Amino acid sequence: MAGHLETVDTATAWGGGRSPFNATYGKMMMWFFLISDALTFGGFLIALGFAKASAESWPVADEVFFHFPGTHANLPLIYVALMTFILIVSSVTMVLAVEAGHRMDQKGVQKWLGWTVIGGLVFLGSQAWEWSTFIAGPDGVLSTWADNATLTNNPYSANGMNPDDVRYTNFFFFVTGFHGFHVFTGVLINFLVFLKVKKGVYQERGHYEMVEKVGLYWHFVDLVWVFVFTFFYLV
Amino acid sequence: MENRDDLIVNDSYATLSNHSEEEGKAIRKKIWQVTLLLSVLTTIEILMGIYLSSRDANYWPVVKWSFIIMTVVKAFYIVYEFMHLGHEKKSLRRYIIIPYVFFIIYMIFLIIQEGFSVGAHSA
Repeated sequence: MAGHLETVDTATAWGGGRSPFNATYGKMMMWFFLISDALTFGGFLIALGFAKASAESWPVADEVFFHFPGTHANLPLIYVALMTFILIVSSVTMVLAVEAGHRMDQKGVQKWLGWTVIGGLVFLGSQAWEWSTFIAGPDGVLSTWADNATLTNNPYSANGMNPDDVRYTNFFFFVTGFHGFHVFTGVLINFLVFLKVKKGVYQERGHYEMVEKVGLYWHFVDLVWVFVFTFFYLV
Repeated sequence: MENRDDLIVNDSYATLSNHSEEEGKAIRKKIWQVTLLLSVLTTIEILMGIYLSSRDANYWPVVKWSFIIMTVVKAFYIVYEFMHLGHEKKSLRRYIIIPYVFFIIYMIFLIIQEGFSVGAHSA
């Protein structure tokens, strides 16, 4: 595969004056940042696990997330499944952009990175709809705050969950919100890099490592969603 | 000064990862294979999520653990293929994976254990 890793003996690799990991400073730092971010998300999801383990009961996801735009049919998890596929596809277009970059194919990077930006925007739009539907609560009316899902009110407290227990709505807003903010910044960064690709900055530089670095961040956002999907919507 | 690898002028590590047309073809094939795998696993998860309810205590533990296993498999492929970690140097790979996995498993064990205990006392 890619990366013609030099094979040198350990003493040379760790002897100073070179990167023992065969990676640039920028790529290392992106990985370090992602580890710290992964610990933050891990903390969120483990806290969610604590809340679920200690609560008397917890709403069943199929009975909360069954809406789909343009229909009143009962379609459990279909919309969130669609969101998941959008994010996976945008991760694939990103890895194709990185691959095109390794071949110095400016047009290819431009095309795939462009699709990645669009995929991210579609995901964000979907999330806006998801949030407004969730906030509206079981009655589907957004305007009455008293029975809407907020940080201080949990209208999904049927099936035994204490109505005062607002941890369900709080975790929904914090976990998907924190993830959504990551998607937002990811789209922004991808777009800025897209403009620089278009200008030919990386073509002139002789490598597209910047695309690879923002790619790492974008894949991480997809990775987090894989876990959010499982622990918020499935388990 | 010339030994620093954080400067844009010394980009030999970055240019080393450039590859040829033929290599690119093989890599793209791999990308599509991983895409197929991720899509199939996600479809299975969704179908199980729709048709199997957590209200049935008979099979739910099995369902729950299959969700978790499928998620970890998906995460592995995203990190090793899409994020390219599987093809980095072994030292870098272990440097990133081992501490994270160790701490997170330890934390999951502690906190979830505590959660069940708190739940048992407040019920």
